[in-house]
Amino acid sequence: MKSIKTMWKHVRRSPYQALAAILIMSLTFLSISFFSFVIFGSSRVISYFESKPQVTAFFKEDATQENIDGLADAVKQSGKVASVKFVSKQEALELYKRQNQDDPLLLDLVTEDILPASLEIATTRIEDLNDVSTQLQQSPFVSEVVYQKDVVDTLSSWIGALRKIGFVLTILLATVSVFIMVIIIGFKISQKKDEIEVMRLLSATKWYVRWPFLLEGIFYGVIGALIGWVISTGTLLYATPLLESFLKGIPLLPVSPLFLIVLLVAELVLAVILGAFSSFLAVLRYLK
Amino acid sequence: MIQLVEVTKTFGTGSSGIENVSLSIDRGEFVFLVGPSGSGKTTLLRLLIRDMVPTKGLISVNNVNIGNLPSDKIPHLRKQIGVVFQDLKMLTDRTIFENILLPLEMAGISDNEAKKKAEDIMSQVGILDHAHKFPVQLSGGELQRAAIARALVFSPDILLADEPTGNLDNTTSWEIIKILQDINKAGTTVLMATHNMDVVVSLNKRTVTLEKGKIAQDTKKPVKSEKEEKEGKEHSEKKHHEEKKEPEGEAEVKKEEESK
Repeated sequence: MKSIKTMWKHVRRSPYQALAAILIMSLTFLSISFFSFVIFGSSRVISYFESKPQVTAFFKEDATQENIDGLADAVKQSGKVASVKFVSKQEALELYKRQNQDDPLLLDLVTEDILPASLEIATTRIEDLNDVSTQLQQSPFVSEVVYQKDVVDTLSSWIGALRKIGFVLTILLATVSVFIMVIIIGFKISQKKDEIEVMRLLSATKWYVRWPFLLEGIFYGVIGALIGWVISTGTLLYATPLLESFLKGIPLLPVSPLFLIVLLVAELVLAVILGAFSSFLAVLRYLK
Repeated sequence: MIQLVEVTKTFGTGSSGIENVSLSIDRGEFVFLVGPSGSGKTTLLRLLIRDMVPTKGLISVNNVNIGNLPSDKIPHLRKQIGVVFQDLKMLTDRTIFENILLPLEMAGISDNEAKKKAEDIMSQVGILDHAHKFPVQLSGGELQRAAIARALVFSPDILLADEPTGNLDNTTSWEIIKILQDINKAGTTVLMATHNMDVVVSLNKRTVTLEKGKIAQDTKKPVKSEKEEKEGKEHSEKKHHEEKKEPEGEAEVKKEEESK
């Protein structure tokens, strides 16, 4: 309790240094929150695409229902398939009509006969797309195979790059904030050198002197984490309507409150670790 | 109680603070440590609170060898020894009350108990009225009393006072000496480093003289014969007569000494 009081006195007596420490911590946690949203969101987007039918095999005119069922069974037996859905000529027309209901000209041009029957196949893993696609192409009843591998591949590589950038940037900011905190707390220790000397001569233990500085680091970390989280979450919630219209059809938003709470708790834990680590380094460096 | 056996402290520059000092001080003694500046008085006091480690020799306090005391035991040693520092070392951004409360806070004593102890000790040295003033608002004598109060909060076995009357006028010096004598009478061993030979001669206590880091003289018994003491008293009286007014503290101290 005494250490907390002393820590608070340290903070109050040098507000600009405290502000600098809190700002750098806020920036770090703002970046961590932002990249957590991107990583969480992108994982959900990939999952969405992976769960969608990724391969569509269109059948020739002469393919019978027996031929189609046989091929569907063969694909299922490969063990790489999550689901197989048969779309008949009639269903294809219905779907076409729904998608183009606002364009009567397009509706007039298309009849049930020109739309082929198809199989929509989802694989359990994105890596299996090639094998399933090859198997379908080898069938004499299949006229064309279309799959979204390229889209997912591009998205995956973008997300992978984003994750790497986020990770590197977070590590960089965390390192910078640790160094700045070491400098700020070290400076405070230097300012209080005489006071610390007196305390030691008056029988203070090492930890009596150290605790307020350690708590100060933790305080800056926790306040920085809270500010970073509040700003990033506030921005996300504010931008949710806009993002929802942009990501139409992908069930990503609104972000679950549980995710936000888990993120806050994780950031607070990280803040305590970063704050304590920085002040401990300062204490080791300046309080010998 | 305090024992130094052939203690030498050499500094990094090669100069020695003290050299082959052997000294034994019993419980309840009042000992003056005198000598010119740089003779090693402060070094000796700093060695006794383990603010320095001796280069050679053995130092024991209450039968504990403090030379090889682990660092986590040093706070415990410092609780047994109250120190009035030459530069007082009062924290300027805290009130006198907070300064005196500090060692008690560090010891983890409850707020109420610490407050009561601090008030008691401040009342004992006569600075209770200045409790909520800051050090800059106090006179030299009042600050010296505050430093003594802070040194006494743990009721230590030993009190080390480094030049407690330095820079004080005669009247205030005697008031401080009176306080130290009272503390000594209550059973605390007092070791006082001083340049004030008037006080040393008048009080007629054991005096250890340091010169160039070595003990030049140790009067295990009071330094003066009755004749010398009488002469010393006459000298002091004459001197104070010249100052027109005899300080109350000195008169009181002398009276006590004479009654012994």
